[in-house]
Amino acid sequence: MTDTKQHYVVERSTRTSRFASGAAAAIILALALAPWWAGLGELRILIEIFYYIALAQMWSLLAGYAGLVSIGQQAFVGLGGYLLFALAIFGGLHPIVALVVAGLVTAVAALPIALVAFRLTGAYFAIGTWVIAEVLRLSFAQFPALGGGSGISLPAGIVRDMAGSPEGRQFLVYWVALAIAFASIALVLALLRSRWGLAMTAIRDSRPASESLGVEAYRTKLMVYVLAAGMTGLSGGLIFLQKLRISPDAAFSVSDWTALVIFTVVIGGIGSVEGPIIGVILFFLLREVAADWGSWYLILMGSIAVVTMLFAPRGIWGLISSRYDLELFPVGRRLRVDPERRDRKE
Amino acid sequence: MPDPVLQTRGLTAFYGDFQALFGIDFEVLAGETIAIIGANGAGKSTFLRSVTGMLSTRGQGITLFGQPVDGVPPHELVARGLAMVPEGRRLFPSLTVEENLLIGGYRRRGSYWTLNRIYELFPILAERRHNGGTELSGGQQQMVAIGRALMSDPKLLLCDEISLGLAPIVIRDIYASLPRIREHGTTIVVVEQDVTQALAVADRVYCFQEGHVSLTGRPADLSRQEITTAYFGAAEEHA
Amino acid sequence: MDWVNAVVQGVLLGGLYALFASGLSLMFGVMRFVNIAHGDFIVMAAYGALVIVGATGLYPLWTMIAIVPGMALLGFVGQRVLLNRTLGEDILPPLLVTFGLSIIIQNVLLEVFSADSQKLQAGWLETASIPIAGGLNIGLMPLLIFVSALIVIGGLQTFLYRTPVGRVLRATSDDQETVRLMGADNARIFAYATAIASAVVGIAGVYMAMRTNFDPSVGPARLLFAFEAVIIGGLGSLWGTLVGGIILGVAQAIGAQIDPGFQILAGHIAFLFVLVMRPQGLLPRMRG
Repeated sequence: MTDTKQHYVVERSTRTSRFASGAAAAIILALALAPWWAGLGELRILIEIFYYIALAQMWSLLAGYAGLVSIGQQAFVGLGGYLLFALAIFGGLHPIVALVVAGLVTAVAALPIALVAFRLTGAYFAIGTWVIAEVLRLSFAQFPALGGGSGISLPAGIVRDMAGSPEGRQFLVYWVALAIAFASIALVLALLRSRWGLAMTAIRDSRPASESLGVEAYRTKLMVYVLAAGMTGLSGGLIFLQKLRISPDAAFSVSDWTALVIFTVVIGGIGSVEGPIIGVILFFLLREVAADWGSWYLILMGSIAVVTMLFAPRGIWGLISSRYDLELFPVGRRLRVDPERRDRKE
Repeated sequence: MPDPVLQTRGLTAFYGDFQALFGIDFEVLAGETIAIIGANGAGKSTFLRSVTGMLSTRGQGITLFGQPVDGVPPHELVARGLAMVPEGRRLFPSLTVEENLLIGGYRRRGSYWTLNRIYELFPILAERRHNGGTELSGGQQQMVAIGRALMSDPKLLLCDEISLGLAPIVIRDIYASLPRIREHGTTIVVVEQDVTQALAVADRVYCFQEGHVSLTGRPADLSRQEITTAYFGAAEEHA
Repeated sequence: MDWVNAVVQGVLLGGLYALFASGLSLMFGVMRFVNIAHGDFIVMAAYGALVIVGATGLYPLWTMIAIVPGMALLGFVGQRVLLNRTLGEDILPPLLVTFGLSIIIQNVLLEVFSADSQKLQAGWLETASIPIAGGLNIGLMPLLIFVSALIVIGGLQTFLYRTPVGRVLRATSDDQETVRLMGADNARIFAYATAIASAVVGIAGVYMAMRTNFDPSVGPARLLFAFEAVIIGGLGSLWGTLVGGIILGVAQAIGAQIDPGFQILAGHIAFLFVLVMRPQGLLPRMRG
């Protein structure tokens, strides 16, 4: 009788992922140097791509890992944007400093919001977050100092003092956007690799029927929600620092900051780090082609997302990774048979 | 010899990578009462889930009333004459006792089991017909669950752990109803951890252990020693 | 006096919100499923009525004869061919598919009907009112809608508690898996539930079109009102949903009395207040 005993080694990185980290370093470098090789128009598109990547990572982190499906992320985009404007205009802070503070304050503000929203679970949580975003939109419209319903522009003086020249300002915004995109990816990776990551996966994989959360699961969800809100608020600040004008409808737009984000994540692949990036890149490629189609463009995006959800619920990245067993960002610990150590017991 | 009502040949079942059943050969003939006994985790519930279509059993060649079960959803099996008393009773809490019974008759096949006959079988239920299903004692709830299954006039009645959590005297009352159910030609399979009860009613018994059939036969032909070994495994025997 | 009037008008408005909400409540009760496109279906029904009135010149109220069965059929088919595929342990597919549908419906309506605000002219019904004590007037149309809401909810309640299909719907709401063991086909039961809910959506849509201005973008707000009424009232209770609708309507009317800009905000705040103070809602379904 032959009994084969195999030795397993636990590893986090795969050969592909080691290759990917080398490639990532090269890509970061190339992107950091973009102001020297790209025109202002391309920089503007890259800035948009970066903040959409950050928004998509945060939504995917919530829905794909923590089981928190939110339709109210626009609350934090708008809050970040308005806080930036308020801190720069009334607090006299440099816009970049104001941006960081806006992100932090958004994270703090997410705490009481979560305490209300977490009273709802599942689909009702989703709509609850939407109601909260609406409350913020309607409330900001009531502040005359921030332009009320019609909105406010960042005063020319503040814009001028931000950097030496209009180009310098664009470069600064670009680098901040790049930093936010990478910080969002790093945040997701760090969370998934921490002990929280294991807890989150356990929460996600537990039956939705067991909706009564343990204290530990509740705290983990709360922490993830607050961190995601902070990063989303930071992105929101950046979005309106680039646009230089904010209004309640633009700041708290469900279609711009949540619907499109959800569609890109679903199409790219929910519950992975790669999926949201792929989704955002596809979204921008599609936009280049279909930007003039008006509402047909949204109809197309929505239809692709619905079809993806029905027939390939793990999105494009899910299809690729299951076929080729790929993982670019090493998150899960993998079990690998160690071919060197295989004893045979006769 | 009567045709088998339910038959499996080499049935296997998996939960993901975990194999729960390893080649179960099982057969129940029309009119028989069969007991499946075994410890927790022996695979009894998995077996029931497989033959009622709750677990996917494609290509496994299970036959029920002479027809394959492959991929047939549970509600179709009920239409063919299967009824189940699920583990834990699973009454509908927002329905009254009578409404729970009526739901059981959603797919009535015959005409023998009516509300009145159920109330004759379990007179206490008639008194409590308008109570909420979950306001009853455990034993009464079990009676509702059995009555509910009978309301479809089944050819085969599967009872999953009907004695679980009940006092011995209540268990005796419930088991006393089985011969009356059997009189009307219903084939019965009881899945039990309570071996004494099971052996008392069964024509034949199957003992499951770790996903295998460890023993089968007529209760009268089996020694206590054999059953203990088949139930607990060889390790326990020497303990 | 203005305040009393605001409360009375708010109660009547609550009838419309209860109509928005009862379909959502029924679907959640039976399937544990929330249709994010619920508001957009209401708007779709409103545009359906608009098209029929435009083509035939019928009095708006009569469009219900076509809209209600039409919506029921659409709901039945939609549930069978699309939504049933999304149901399961995971809440993401139904949420995201209906969210996608919501965006698709809004934009298709926008392409077909433009962003212009529409309203069905209901003639004398819009202006007729019944004077009651102290100079208060109750508009005939708001009253009609409120009474309709009472009839619809009473009818749904009777259907659920007095008919065999209603009984199976309630059993499904308790335990989807066990109901299959009773011989019921979930896919078909879900389609019945959606058909009934969609019929109510049809009624709500026609009334909305007669009572307020609408355009393709107003669906999500109707979803939020419906949702708030359901949560305020307590899950699984249709009469609770009516109470929730009335509380929402009164909160909005009082908000509007303070400042027109506060109308919607006041409703949302009332909802959040109830959620914090009494998360199970005001009239949750009693369980044994």
